[in-house]
Amino acid sequence: MPNQPNQPAGPETVLEMHQVVTRFGTHLVHSGVDLEVRRSEIMAVIGGSGSGKSTLLREMILLQMPDEGHIKVLGVDLANITDAAALALRQRFGVLFQHGGLFGALTVLENIGLPLREHTQKNNQDIDAIAAKKLAEVGLEEAVASQYPSELSGGMLKRAALARALVLGPELLFLDEPTAGLDPQSAAGIDTLVLALRRQSGLTIVMITHDLDLLWQVTDRVAVLADGKVQAVGTMAELAKMDNPTIQPFFDGPRARSAQAQATSQSKEPSSKPK
Amino acid sequence: MLEQLGQRVIAALTQIYALLGFLGESAMALAGWLAHPARIRWRPVLFNLRGAGFDALPIVGTLSFLLGIVVAYQGADQLRQYGANIFVTDLVGLSMLREFAPLMTAIIIAGRSGSAYAAQIGTMAVTQEIDAMRTIGIAPLEMLVLPKIVALVIALPLLTVFADLLGVAGGMLMARAQLGIGFGEFLDRFSKAVSVTSYLVGIGKAPVFAAIIVLVGCFQGFRTRGGADSVGQQTTRAVVQSIFLVIVADALFSIAFSVLDL
Repeated sequence: MPNQPNQPAGPETVLEMHQVVTRFGTHLVHSGVDLEVRRSEIMAVIGGSGSGKSTLLREMILLQMPDEGHIKVLGVDLANITDAAALALRQRFGVLFQHGGLFGALTVLENIGLPLREHTQKNNQDIDAIAAKKLAEVGLEEAVASQYPSELSGGMLKRAALARALVLGPELLFLDEPTAGLDPQSAAGIDTLVLALRRQSGLTIVMITHDLDLLWQVTDRVAVLADGKVQAVGTMAELAKMDNPTIQPFFDGPRARSAQAQATSQSKEPSSKPK
Repeated sequence: MLEQLGQRVIAALTQIYALLGFLGESAMALAGWLAHPARIRWRPVLFNLRGAGFDALPIVGTLSFLLGIVVAYQGADQLRQYGANIFVTDLVGLSMLREFAPLMTAIIIAGRSGSAYAAQIGTMAVTQEIDAMRTIGIAPLEMLVLPKIVALVIALPLLTVFADLLGVAGGMLMARAQLGIGFGEFLDRFSKAVSVTSYLVGIGKAPVFAAIIVLVGCFQGFRTRGGADSVGQQTTRAVVQSIFLVIVADALFSIAFSVLDL
């Protein structure tokens, strides 16, 4: 794991899950999930559909409570958290939802500025200026600012939503399927954007994804969720060598092999992306 | 067969239980607003006042006017047989002010705004806007439900007054056409036949109907799960249940008023 210059030295745990159990009625979704995310790393959670990845994410971002177990986010225990503490914690992390979650009644600029308007005393002019800056940071043109979310393409929507997630300067960023439903070019754009974000601010990023390219190109470590537990954690290269039947499906098949081949060939070139 | 029946009953009961929970949460949030008036979100309140109140004036007015005509027409035939023509005023005045105007207005608004509430919140649930709102630290109840409650509790009584006016006007028109009762004569009788209590009894029901419409509409919206088809289902449910509950509440009011002798 690379050490960022502006971060405290040494690995520090940003997110911690201990023996998390979740049930839907009689159906057991998680039967004891353990997970640790360190500062400034990009961690991905993968798993087949129905493996409870999304539920796990919802539990991390305070949208759902696990039935048993402990979750600590940025040092705060989520069990029995007070409303005030939850509000304070929510301002320290950002979330990019799968469908963006931008408010249809507001323009892109208003959407990005909304967290500032809610939680700071800044005046409208300053808020718009900060929002416009964030818009540029995620690679969107100024003209997009006055548009409504319904007028944006899928890739632009994700970028705008990302700008909103970043507007309060979070320490931790959650991405829910950041490239799902995007064309390959927009997806590649998201890859580089995520890497650039981490490089700039040493942000810790937790994501859920199916996208093999994203997994190979961007992540530091990957946790495989299957049968209600985390089966293995490691870099993609490490996981590829493992002989676990719950992990192998992600590395078999032509799509998986081509993504792997591309990633390994790139890492040999001198101008490769930092891993 | 018996098992299915049991499951349906349980499903219905859990929904009633959840609705009561939602009512409680909303009441708590509303109390929070009243305790800290600075937290009230005026913009959505005004927005909803226009959408559910002002914009509904044409349809509420037209339907009440037509209803007034129908009531007078149905009464006219019967009253003429007994030579009691002038009592058409009592019939129109009391039935419109006490029953028809508040009930019709509530039913129109349940169809018009109750469905819109469920559809708006349901769509926001599907597109994860509700989740995003929570994550940003805005309570969805305060942003989406309370402004609607405040707005409709103000708007529905006003709409009812408007419906009273146009309903009586419709009856007055029909009374002159069918029974030859002039406007002056009608109004003269009206002031004697209809007490202020009757007027207030009608208006007094409106805030209760308003609360039912908003709560059921928003509740069903929040229960939207999955995709766009679920939004449609929940919208239908919201309209059917709110009209049902409005009529039940109206019946309860009638019983209460008869006991109280109003």
